[in-house]
Parts: sequence; structure tokens; C-alpha cells
Amino acid sequence: MSVLIHKQTRVLCQGFTGKQGTFHCQQALEYGTDIVGGVTPGKGGARHLDRPVFDTVAEAMAAVQPDASVIYVPAPMAADAILEAAAAGIGLVVCITEGIPAADMLRVKALLPATTRLIGPNCPGIITSGECKIGIMPGAIHKPGVVGIVSRSGTLTYEAVAQTTAEGLGQTTCIGIGGDPIHGLGFIDCLDLFQADAATRGILLVGEIGGVEEEEAADYIRHHVRKPVVAYIAGTTAPPGRRMGHAGAVIAGALGTAEAKKAALREAGVTVVDSPARMGRALAERLSR
Amino acid sequence: MRLHEYQAKALFAACGIATPPGVVVRAVEEVAPALVTLATPRCVVKAQIHAGARGHAGGVRIVASDEVAAYAKTILGTRLVTSQTGASGLPVDTLLLEAPTTAASELYLACVLDRRAGARVVLAGRQGGMGIEEGEKPVARVIDTLRGFQAYEGRQLAREIGLSGRAVAAFGDVVSALVALAVEHDALLVEINPLMLCEDGSFLAADGKIEIDDNALFRQAALEALRDPRQGDAKDEEARERGLQYISLDGDIGCLVNGAGLAMATMDLIAQAGGRPANFLDVGGGTTAQKVAEALRLLARDPRVKVVLVNIFGGIVRCDLIAEGLLLAASSLGRALPIVVRLVGTREEEGRRALAEGGLLGDVTQDLEEAAQLAVRRAQAA
Repeated sequence: MSVLIHKQTRVLCQGFTGKQGTFHCQQALEYGTDIVGGVTPGKGGARHLDRPVFDTVAEAMAAVQPDASVIYVPAPMAADAILEAAAAGIGLVVCITEGIPAADMLRVKALLPATTRLIGPNCPGIITSGECKIGIMPGAIHKPGVVGIVSRSGTLTYEAVAQTTAEGLGQTTCIGIGGDPIHGLGFIDCLDLFQADAATRGILLVGEIGGVEEEEAADYIRHHVRKPVVAYIAGTTAPPGRRMGHAGAVIAGALGTAEAKKAALREAGVTVVDSPARMGRALAERLSR
Repeated sequence: MRLHEYQAKALFAACGIATPPGVVVRAVEEVAPALVTLATPRCVVKAQIHAGARGHAGGVRIVASDEVAAYAKTILGTRLVTSQTGASGLPVDTLLLEAPTTAASELYLACVLDRRAGARVVLAGRQGGMGIEEGEKPVARVIDTLRGFQAYEGRQLAREIGLSGRAVAAFGDVVSALVALAVEHDALLVEINPLMLCEDGSFLAADGKIEIDDNALFRQAALEALRDPRQGDAKDEEARERGLQYISLDGDIGCLVNGAGLAMATMDLIAQAGGRPANFLDVGGGTTAQKVAEALRLLARDPRVKVVLVNIFGGIVRCDLIAEGLLLAASSLGRALPIVVRLVGTREEEGRRALAEGGLLGDVTQDLEEAAQLAVRRAQAA
């Protein structure tokens, strides 16, 4: 069991023949992901990585029936690519592209149908350990197991994965929701999925400064999550008003500080670690209780 | 990207939002002709920096017109420190000279791109000016992205904050223009504080703050020309041009990390170990050996940096290639700078072996906490 994706998930790639699309699809294929084709406008009819290339997502939908699409399209066209996938009826869209204008994402948010789930943008993607990798995460550090991971950060997610692997816990599914202020799936959506997934025994939540999603997640955990949750929040020492890399990581006034997030999570019964090196250990301890 | 007040006001004027008569000066010699244009007995002198709270810090002053030149001479070329600038302040290269205005009252108006609402939001308040933080909360109106902002919504807002008479329609016009400006220029924030309500029911933007979405600058070429690199830290700018995310802080441990979250986490670990980071630096989640080398050289040029902590989680990028880049840069830094390296992920053993064989000056570890502790100890010993 896992959430959102598994061994049988049929994956399409938009921006398939570009440098990023090519490289990461090769990696995904090596991991065992069922990539059924790709889309690059103007290259329809060609074959790439021994898979068919289509001009439009609609044509790809008709020919190879993908369940999910991963987007490596450059930022100026990426929002349109998300909407194209949604319009073709694809249920899960994973947008890796970083640097999409916020106004474009407002349009996506307003137009995205309820039948399409969006992960990202500006995220590492989603992976179900040992089954299906959609994104740019290094596959080798993942091991099938019992932890669900949801994170706003890329490399910090890899730390969480490596630690849960080292503790012998392994992962069910790991979801990078991305560091942009306007994005698709949030912490609460993912917590809900992990709570409902029988194979997921514990949840690791990796947050950072900025916004109030961690506080809202804390409230949700208090009322709806019955599994042990461990959290780490990056940015305790970040100065207010400065944007820390991610467009979303900025402390505005009293809002969005690491301390406020940690306090809210602790009050909801979450084990909050102050060191990013102790995420895996803390979850192992919670699970052995 | 932030704009100066005078740049914001030029955009306001272009879309029909009235501003006080004003002239920009960059040198004392420009003051006299500017005063001829303004023809005012008294003059508001406003230092143009990328930070607020200028009024409390002496960056905004009303002086007699024959004293403007002398005052300009004392402030041009200095650095203004306000509660929002940090201790070193920001350079005052430009002054905005304006004719004083009188208002019946001062309002607050802004259009922000709000992450929680997932939409643009208009904020309108009856009490603007320097007391906005303490006064009653502004009224918020979420804009429907697809439908857009309608003129009548501006008039409704006017009534909601208690305006009447001529001011209702006039306020509606200002709000509509402000929202249109935000949309057209990909602004994350457009703020007028204070928005002056004049005796005749008209409005005047007495100040202006605009922040443009960096991700949209590719389609806002005209705005890119308004960038003032001197308002940022010189190293921040250099890093930006090299595609690195860099923010200068005030400690002595240089940080070189891939990924924004891990970079923040590294700063946190340094603080927990009793040290102080000199910077936030993200070389990108999928970084290259070349970027790491460039970043290391950038840090080495900062004289405050006593030790560099490199923290790389090699995912797609291979650790042995990162090690090569580090060794190459480390050999040409021009000074003996200890480096603590934590290198894990793909081909980490090969990477660490390469660093050991290459004779890197410093320590190599796998452990995240140990790396931070080592860096702090090295900085304290330096």
C-alpha cells in the first residue's frame, strides 16, 4: 500500500525531450517507473527513450491513458502545461519546474478541476519506495517501509528519507509539496492520505518558515490524525523580512516564525525535533512506544 | 524585486493615481533647478532607500526651500539606518523632493498576492500613515482571479471604511487603478500608505511601495531597468548574477549548502552549536561542481568568514564531482581558510576519499550535527 502512486501508475512526461525531462525520465525508468510516453509540442510522432512522443496531452491521453503527468516544462510555459494536463483529464499532475510567476499559479489555482490533484510546483516530486518515482529525488536512498513523508523542501526531504532508511523504517510514499507560496497539495491533504493508508505507520512532516500551513496542519493533526507524527521546521534562526531561497520562506511580522509553528505542532501532540539530524531517530522512538 | 518610492509613484501617475508634485535629485547641484520646478516655499525631502520606517529615522524631513541644498548635502552619499535596514543601513543615492500636501485624513490601501487566500487581496483602512500597525485592522477583499476586480467593489470598499460624498467614487477609481497596476506588472505587493484624502474628496498617493515577483521579470523587461543593485548587499547581487541564492548575515561561519531548506537547517544547527552563520547560501538542489566552486570563492572573498561549512546532499549530482569542484576552488582561494565538509549521498565514499587525498584544509564528516560543531569550534579557534 502507498498513497497516490504505485507500481501500476502510468506516467506521462511533459517537456519529455528537453534536457531535464530526458535525464530524469531515464532515472525514473531505471527505478522501474512505468513511463508511457511524453509530450513536446512539435515533436509528435517521434520516439524518445523508446517511448512515443505526442504534440498534446489530449493525444497522449487517447493513445496511452496515463494516470499521472510530470512536468519539466520551462517556467514561462509551465502553468499552461499544468492546465493542459488537467483539461485532458489526468488525475495527478506533478510540476517540478521552479520559478513560475505567482500570478500564473493564481490562474492555475482558479482553473484546476477538483478531479485533478497538483503536486508542486518547485518541488522534488513524489515517490513510492521501490515502486514508482515521479520527480528528481535520488531513488537509491529510498527503501520500502512504513513512514509517510511530506515536505516543503527538497534536499531536507532527502535527509528525512536517508534517516528513516538508516533507522530501518523505510518509507511508503514521500511527497515534496514544494516551496512556492501558491502551490497544489498541502500538508493537510497529504496528512489525510497518510492517515487513511494502512501501510503508513508514522508520518514525518518537514516544514519551514513562512505562511501558516504548518499551524493549520497542527490543527488538523489534533483532530484527525491518529498516527505518530514527527516534525522538523527549518529557519529558526532566519532573520525576519528576508526571503530564504524559496519564494515562500519569509517571515512577515509575527506570522510564520519557526517558533510559532513548533509550538502549534507540539500542542497537537507532534514530536518536534530541533535538529534536522534527529528526524528518523525520533520517529523510530515514537513507533517503538 | 523592490522599487523605490519615486519609481512607484511614476507608475501610479501613469495609471491615473494622483501623486504630489515631485522631482528626483541625485546630486546637490540638481537641487536648485528642482526647486524652480516645484516653486514651493517649503519642501519635503525624502531619502530613497529600499526600506520603510524612514520617518522615524530622519529620512523624511520638511525644510524651508532655501535650506534644501544644505540638507541634501548632509544626507546624500550617507547610509540611512532605520528599524528595517539592519545596523549598516542602506545608501542614500537619490532624494525625492516634493511640495508639502495637506490632507483631511490619511488612509491605507494595498493590493497583495496572498498565499493563504490563493488570490490577490485588497486591503483598505481608514487609518493610514505611521500608525497603521496600531490602528484598526484594514478591511480585506479577496479578488476573484478569473472574474477580476470590478469597479463597484471599489465603491463598496469605500463605504465599508466609512467614506462618503465625492470620496466614494474617487476611492473606487484609485482601488481599480491599483489592482490593475498590480496585475499588469506582476506585483506581489502594491501599497499606498498614506493615501491622503484631500478636502475636495480627491486622493493623493503620499508614499508608494511596490514589490515585483522575481519569477515574472522575464516578461517585465521595462521594470528590470528599475533595479537598484546598490540597495542590496554587493555579495547578494553578485550571487544573484551567478544563479546562487545568497543572503548576507552577520556571523563568521560561511555556509555553502544545496537546497533552501537544508541551508536554513544548517544555519539553525550552527546557532544551536553556539556559532553564528555569515550567510545563507543555496547552490540549488541539483547543483554542479562548478557552482559549488564559484560559491566557495564567493565566500572566501568575505573577510568576515573565518571558516566555511560545506553541506551537500548529493542526490542526482555525484559527490565525487562536488569534491573535485571543492578541491579546485580551495587551491585558489588566496588565503588559508579552513573548510568543514559534510558530503553525503550518491558516491559519497568516493567524494570523501577524493577530499582526503586532495589534502583539503579542514575536516570531512558524514554527520550533520558534528559538521556544525566542528565549524563552530574552528571559528572560535581562528
